[in-house]
Amino acid sequence: MKLADRKSLFLLPFLLAGFLVASAGQAFCGFYAAKADTQLFNQASKVVLVRDGDRTVITMANDYRGAPEEFAIVVPVPTFLERDQIHVGDRGVIEHLDAYSAPRLVEYFDPDPCRPVYPRTMSMRAEEAPASGDVGRKSAGSFGVEIEAEYTVGEYDILILSAEESQGLETWLRQEGYRMPAGARKVLGSYLKQGMRFFVAKVNLEEQDRLGFSYLRPLQVAFESPKFMLPIRLGTVNSEGPQELFVFALTRTGRVETTNYRTVKLPTDMEIPEYVENDFGAFYRALFDQQVRRERMRTVVLEYAWDMGWCDPCAADPLSHDELRQLGVFWLDPGRTNDRFAPRRPMPGPADVFITRLHVRYTADTFPEDLRFQETGDRQNFQGRFILRRPWSGRPGQCSAARRYFEDLVPRQQQRAENLARLTGWELSEILARMDLGAAPAPREDVPWWKKLWASGEEKGGR
Amino acid sequence: MRIHELFRDPRHYQILILSSLAGYGVMVLDLDVEPMVAWTILSASLGVQFALTRWLGLPRFDPRSPLISALSLILLLRTRSLAVALVAAVLTIASKFSIRVRDKHVFNPTNFGLAVTMLLFDGAWVSQGQWGSGALVAFAAACLGLVVVYRAERSDVTWAILGFWSLILFSRAAWLGDPLSIPLHQIQTGAFLIFAFFMISDPKTTPDRRGARILYAAVVASVAAWIQFGLFEPNALIWALFLCAPVVPLTDRFLPGLRYRWPSPPVADATSPLLHPDPQGGR
Repeated sequence: MKLADRKSLFLLPFLLAGFLVASAGQAFCGFYAAKADTQLFNQASKVVLVRDGDRTVITMANDYRGAPEEFAIVVPVPTFLERDQIHVGDRGVIEHLDAYSAPRLVEYFDPDPCRPVYPRTMSMRAEEAPASGDVGRKSAGSFGVEIEAEYTVGEYDILILSAEESQGLETWLRQEGYRMPAGARKVLGSYLKQGMRFFVAKVNLEEQDRLGFSYLRPLQVAFESPKFMLPIRLGTVNSEGPQELFVFALTRTGRVETTNYRTVKLPTDMEIPEYVENDFGAFYRALFDQQVRRERMRTVVLEYAWDMGWCDPCAADPLSHDELRQLGVFWLDPGRTNDRFAPRRPMPGPADVFITRLHVRYTADTFPEDLRFQETGDRQNFQGRFILRRPWSGRPGQCSAARRYFEDLVPRQQQRAENLARLTGWELSEILARMDLGAAPAPREDVPWWKKLWASGEEKGGR
Repeated sequence: MRIHELFRDPRHYQILILSSLAGYGVMVLDLDVEPMVAWTILSASLGVQFALTRWLGLPRFDPRSPLISALSLILLLRTRSLAVALVAAVLTIASKFSIRVRDKHVFNPTNFGLAVTMLLFDGAWVSQGQWGSGALVAFAAACLGLVVVYRAERSDVTWAILGFWSLILFSRAAWLGDPLSIPLHQIQTGAFLIFAFFMISDPKTTPDRRGARILYAAVVASVAAWIQFGLFEPNALIWALFLCAPVVPLTDRFLPGLRYRWPSPPVADATSPLLHPDPQGGR
C-alpha cells in the first residue's frame, strides 16, 4: 500500500480547463466579440465522441497539472482493445474544437437614426443547414483479475482488465496504489456484469521524458459497439460536489441527444448590457449555474449544434479535414489532407460532419445512470449566442429621429438589464447601476401618446 | 350534451388529455414541436380518414379516432420535414383501414406510423428522453392516463405492462447491484407512462381475452428488454409493440374473447361488431 497515499485515481472526469479561446473576426452577422477566458469551468472533462453506425472513436482530454506519477484513469470500455485501437492525440485539436463550438458574444452597432438606411435583414435565428507503465501485476490472477493486454502508447502505460468479480478487482486496484473511492466496488461490479472491460492508464515517466511533453496528451480509443453511451457513474462515486462534462459529438446524420435524460437548449439570441463584455466568462458561468438551478440539475444542455462546414459568427474557424481525421472522423477521405473545409471566411456549405456540443453538470443523485445517446436526423443549426448592441453615439438634438431614438433606447436598455437578470439570477438593481445609464436622456413623460403614433408614419411617408 | 355524457366515450377524455400533454410538452418541457409539422399531421390524419371513409362507403366520418392518432404522433414523432410528417400521418391512418385480420386492425396506428416512418427516414426520430424524469410529470401523466384507462375498461393491459417492465428493470438492477435510483429513474420517464397509458392500452389492438392481454404485456416487456439491454437500441417499447402486434390475431383465434367496442355513438347499427367492418372504431 505504499503508493496508496500518493496516487490518486481519476475516473473519467479528467481535470480540464480551457473553454473560450481568443479569436476575433468579422462574420456576416455581427462581430464576434467574446473575450478569452480559459478555465471557466474548473475540473471539467472533455470527451469527443465520433460515431457512425457502431463504429466509435472516443477522445478523452485532460488538463491535469499535478505530478504525472500520480495520474491514473480507469474507464469502462465495452470491448477488448488491441494496441492499434489506442492512440494518443493532439491537445490543440480539442482546444480548437472547443473554441469553434463555444457559446459566443456578438456585437452590433446601432445605426445613425438621422441618416436612415433600410435595415439589412439578418437572420437572428438558427438556420437549417443544407442537407447533405509498468503496472504491477504480480498478484492479479489471485484476485480473479485478468490483465488481458498491456501496452505502452505514447507517454502512457495501458492495461486492459477484466475480472471475475468486483471485490477482487477493487482489492487489486487498491493494492496497486489506486485510491479507490468508497462505494466503487458496486459500480465496478455492475460494469463487469454488463460485459465491460476496464481501460487503465498511467503515465510512463521515462517515455514522457523521452517524448518531451510537459503536459498529458489526450487518449483516444477506437472500437465497434452498439452501445452509444458514456460511463459517468464511477466519477460520481466520491461525490466531491457536482462534476462537469463537455461532450463533443461528431456524427454524420445529425444532432445527438441523450435518451435517458432531457436535453435542453441553452437560452440564446438575447440582448444583454454592454458591460458584460468585460467579463463574458463570469456571465456565462452565472448563466449556466442559473440554468442548472432552474432544471434542478437534471438536464443536459445543448450549447452548439452545427454543420461542421461553416459557422456564423465564427468563434473560431471550422476544423480542417486533417484535424477532423485526427479526432477520429474515420469516414472522411484520408486522401484530402491539409485541405480546409472552409475558406478563411467560412461560407455556408454542407460538410459530412455534424457537431453537437453538450454540457452536463451532474451528481449521483440527479444523474444516477450513465449517459445514453442517440443520433437524430435533426440538422437544424443551433448556437449559444448573446448580443451586445452599441448605442449610436450622436446627440438627441441632431434630428427628430435622434430624439425618438434616445427615447426608445431607455426601454431597450431596461429590457437588456432584465434579460441579464433573468439569465443569470443577478440583482436587477445592481445590473442597472453597473450599466451607467445616466448619459441617456429620460423619456419625456409629458409627450401625449398620440404624438408618437403618427409622427413616425409621416416621416416614413416623406422619405 | 351533459358533461358526463360527453365523457361516456373514453376517446373524449383521450383527446382532452393528449391535447393537454402536448401543451405541457411544448410550453413547459420545451418539446421541439414545429407548428407546421403539427398542423400537417393533424390535417393529413383527418383528411385521410375522411377520404377513406368516403371511398369505402362507410356510414359516417368520425374525427375522434384520427384526432387521437394525430395527437399521439405529434407527442412522439420528431421531424423537421413536412413530407416526413405527411407520410407518417398517412401511414398511421391507412394502416388502420388496410392491415386488418378478422375485422380488427393489427397495429396500433400511431405505433405503426412511428415505427415505419423511422425505418424509412433518417429525418424521423422519437425523443424519448425529452419527457424527462421529473416525479411531478410522472405523477401527473399517470393520474391523467389512469382516468382514460379506467374508462376504457381495459386497464388490465396497462397495469400488466407497468408491472412486467418494472419487474424487469428492478430485477436487472438487483442482479447488477445497482442502487434503486437507477430503475426508479428508468421508470419515471414520461415516455414510458405515455406508452403504457396511451399506446399499448388501445383496446382495439390488444387481445380480446383478459388472460391473453396479460400474457401479451409480458411478451412486449420481454422483447423490449431484449431490444434495450441486448441490442442497445433506444425506443425499445415502441419497437417491441410493433414486433409483437402480429401475434394478437393468433391469440384472438386460439383464445377468443369479447370484442371491444367504443361505447358511443349510441347503437345506430345493430349489427354484430364481429360482422360489421368498423375501421372507424380504432384509434
